[in-house]
Amino acid sequence: MAAPKKGRRPSGGQGRPGRALALILIAMVALTGGMFWSGHTTPRLGIDLAGGTTITLKAKAQPGQEDAVNETNMNTAIGIIERRVNGLGVQEAEVQKQGTENIIVNIPKGTDEEQAREQVGTTAQLYFRPVMQIALSEPAAPQPSASGSPSAAPSPGASPKPSASTPGGQDEKATAPSPSATTQGRALTDALRKAPSPSASGGPSAAPSASESQLPAPALSPSSDPTADAGLQAKFAALNCADPKQRASIKGAKPADATVACGQNGGVWEKYLLGPAEVDGKDVDDAAGVLDPERGIWKVQLEFNDKGAKKFTEITGRLATQSPPMNQFAIVLDGEVVSAPSVDSPIPGGRAEISGSFNQKSAQDLGNMLSYGALPLSFEEQSVTTVTAALGGEQLRAGLIAGAIGLALVVIYLVVYYRGLSLIAILSLGVSAVLTYTIMSLLGPAIGFALNLPAVCGAIVAIGITADSFIVYFERIRDEIREGRTLRPAVERGWPRARRTILVSDFVSFLAAAVLFIVTVGKVQGFAFTLGLTTLLDVVVVFFFTKPLMTILARGKFFGRQHPWSGLDPKRLGAQPPLRRTRRVSVMTEPKEA
Amino acid sequence: MSRLGNLGARLYRGEVGYDFVAKRMLWYGVSILITITAIVGLGVRGLNMGIEFKGGAVYTTPETTVSASKAEEIAEDAAGHDAIVQELGTGGLRIQVSGLDTKSANSLKDEIAAGIDVPVKDITAELVGPSWGEQIANKAWTGLAVFMILVVIYLAIAFEWRMALAALIALIHDLTITVGVYALVGFEVTPGTVIGLLTILGYSLYDTVVVFDGLKESAKDITKQTRYTYSEIANRSLNGTLVRSINTTVVALLPVAGLLFIGGGFLGAGMLNDISLSLFVGLAAGAYSSIFIATPLVADLKERDPQMKALRKRVLAKRAAATSKGEDTGRDDEAFTEVPEGATAGVVGPRGRRGRSTENRR
Repeated sequence: MAAPKKGRRPSGGQGRPGRALALILIAMVALTGGMFWSGHTTPRLGIDLAGGTTITLKAKAQPGQEDAVNETNMNTAIGIIERRVNGLGVQEAEVQKQGTENIIVNIPKGTDEEQAREQVGTTAQLYFRPVMQIALSEPAAPQPSASGSPSAAPSPGASPKPSASTPGGQDEKATAPSPSATTQGRALTDALRKAPSPSASGGPSAAPSASESQLPAPALSPSSDPTADAGLQAKFAALNCADPKQRASIKGAKPADATVACGQNGGVWEKYLLGPAEVDGKDVDDAAGVLDPERGIWKVQLEFNDKGAKKFTEITGRLATQSPPMNQFAIVLDGEVVSAPSVDSPIPGGRAEISGSFNQKSAQDLGNMLSYGALPLSFEEQSVTTVTAALGGEQLRAGLIAGAIGLALVVIYLVVYYRGLSLIAILSLGVSAVLTYTIMSLLGPAIGFALNLPAVCGAIVAIGITADSFIVYFERIRDEIREGRTLRPAVERGWPRARRTILVSDFVSFLAAAVLFIVTVGKVQGFAFTLGLTTLLDVVVVFFFTKPLMTILARGKFFGRQHPWSGLDPKRLGAQPPLRRTRRVSVMTEPKEA
Repeated sequence: MSRLGNLGARLYRGEVGYDFVAKRMLWYGVSILITITAIVGLGVRGLNMGIEFKGGAVYTTPETTVSASKAEEIAEDAAGHDAIVQELGTGGLRIQVSGLDTKSANSLKDEIAAGIDVPVKDITAELVGPSWGEQIANKAWTGLAVFMILVVIYLAIAFEWRMALAALIALIHDLTITVGVYALVGFEVTPGTVIGLLTILGYSLYDTVVVFDGLKESAKDITKQTRYTYSEIANRSLNGTLVRSINTTVVALLPVAGLLFIGGGFLGAGMLNDISLSLFVGLAAGAYSSIFIATPLVADLKERDPQMKALRKRVLAKRAAATSKGEDTGRDDEAFTEVPEGATAGVVGPRGRRGRSTENRR
């Protein structure tokens, strides 16, 4: 807390008080102006005052991976959770890191909290599903139904899905509704290849033939149920992926069921009809976006565990024999298709790579998603607070009333005790209030500060801190008057020492607030922040408003003559007439600098 | 009553003269007694930890006609755990069910909503896993430790190590009292309480710092005079800053009291109430300790300093000489308790008229 270097000489600051006052008035006007200009005339309210849900998650390290809770993983997790929550169609949901191992999710009122909780808390689901159909999902509402109906019409006929036996016919029906260019483009850009690993070339011929003969049966069993399929086809036809609500509504399919899903390809939404999950995200051992040194392109390398390798061999073996788009499989993260590579040939050995038009970021993103199976960490729900808007408003009102009453009590006390001087104190409190309010309002858009209940509490408590500084100063002035000084020298002589006390004690307050802010979690931070802010403002107000105002008023009649109601009446204070011989007390005669 | 008014007027004039330092043993005794009571209370009764520390759920319902006891029955039946139900000033209920985890707490909301016939969406729920409180408590301990270390360093630099030590002891004393009150009265300990407790740190020290600042100034030229010992200076300084201490404490307590009674009256238990309650208790303790404990402790510590010992010797020798000359300087212990002429912090030495003004006022 740097103290402005003011009042170097107790009586030297004749021209300064006006300047300091002008400065703080300009600051107030500027802040108020900025507040109205930016349109944020009230502080942003926290969930507990405005209503909504706050979920606090704590990262849990898996045994043997104690260092997994690190910044990178936390940031990845925040990114994923953010995508999930905002996928619910909430624009203002906030996901923040708090401390080193907590994530706070704030969901404003009016959201489906239960769904949000499910989305947020659970580890993301990553599945590899075979693609049955792909269609372009137009943003305009009538379009998808038009493009969807042709696909719906033939579907009952195709529903027995002898896909393996008559690939050609199925292919034609599937691709018909969707512009084939997209599908083809996709198939070309996202191609799954064998990883250039020695094991990959080991037994390609044996694996596919085996899977070929065995797999169609299990793969078809769910989809061969005609009623389910018809429902699914209708759902697929009606799906409009451009609508976030519809996207949210189709999430959460069981892995064993066929489902519909959305995915973005080059900024265009596509809809997918997908078979049951064949490989689980948990079966991915490792994945990373890497640069292929030979071809100079970005690709994603995958490595499966034993179980995953076996299943992957099967699925690729089966898919390789089919024609587009049935030779594609979709990588589905949290119900959304993140990639749908096509398969050229069976890939045994548990190593594969996806190549296509990746850039560094997209390759690495996909790699991260695949290797983490979604969230890089598992999270534990620490607390879930749901506040209805009605209760939040009530609490805000209670806080404001409490603050007003507290302020009134302080003002009454000051008036009774300090009489005229209280005017200066009240004006200073007013300045402090204006500064606090405008800064809080501006901090909302600036750093995402949200006024929550503890913050309101901190602001109320701060009334006391702010008033304390005036008391320290006033008592100093009165001490000087008791010693027989007239007001103007008393005001100037009292200041350096009062300033010192104010700075030292405000520093301690600020230290407490700072420590509280740094080490605490959750709502406590709001309290600490407000306390710290108001402590700083207290210093500003005392230096730039209270002291200069006091200096100016000391020249005036009312205070200058120490009117009985000014709070500075020497008689009432029990002052001694000045006595020369007390001069020997050196401490008193020379005001010491802090 | 007139005596009290008299005290008020003397406080206003800044001329109280109570010998805090000489009677320190009394106050140490009081504090030790309070501390022992607090520790015994803590040991016997323990703290009434809120659901944030045990895991569980708090539901706040809107206005309802269902009685608290009925709601308690409903909640207990549904949850299979004990429930505490309070009526709020708003006409709603606050239902607290402990020992749940956040997962099972969710469905309970629906059952309670059905039971007391209000829409689910109007119920405010706070679901807390059992380890959440532990985490908060751990952070609080860290915060406490970090703050204490920093503040001791700061005070040791700004003042001196004796003051830093005394301030630290006073701080621990305040915290003990506050925790003791919580244990004895059985107030619920919530994260709000912890916030309040941590805030007391800064506030309790605020008062102490104001007092020490005055003391440091008074004692600046102490070795250049032979009238007062350090303890006497400390006492004068304390009396000089007494008004300030009382005023700052009163002013700090007023908003907190507003918060406590309004927050409590309006909403029953809640964050506002929790913070303000611990602040209220802690602030009162802080004011007490800064006057009765911190400064006498500094005096005690200082008197062990060889320089101050030498000073005491000189002062006593001078007084003995003066007394033998039959010149009553009025500076025996009895008279010293009254320091009528405005014991301004920083005044070292008399300023004449002592006898007269004492007479005038009596």
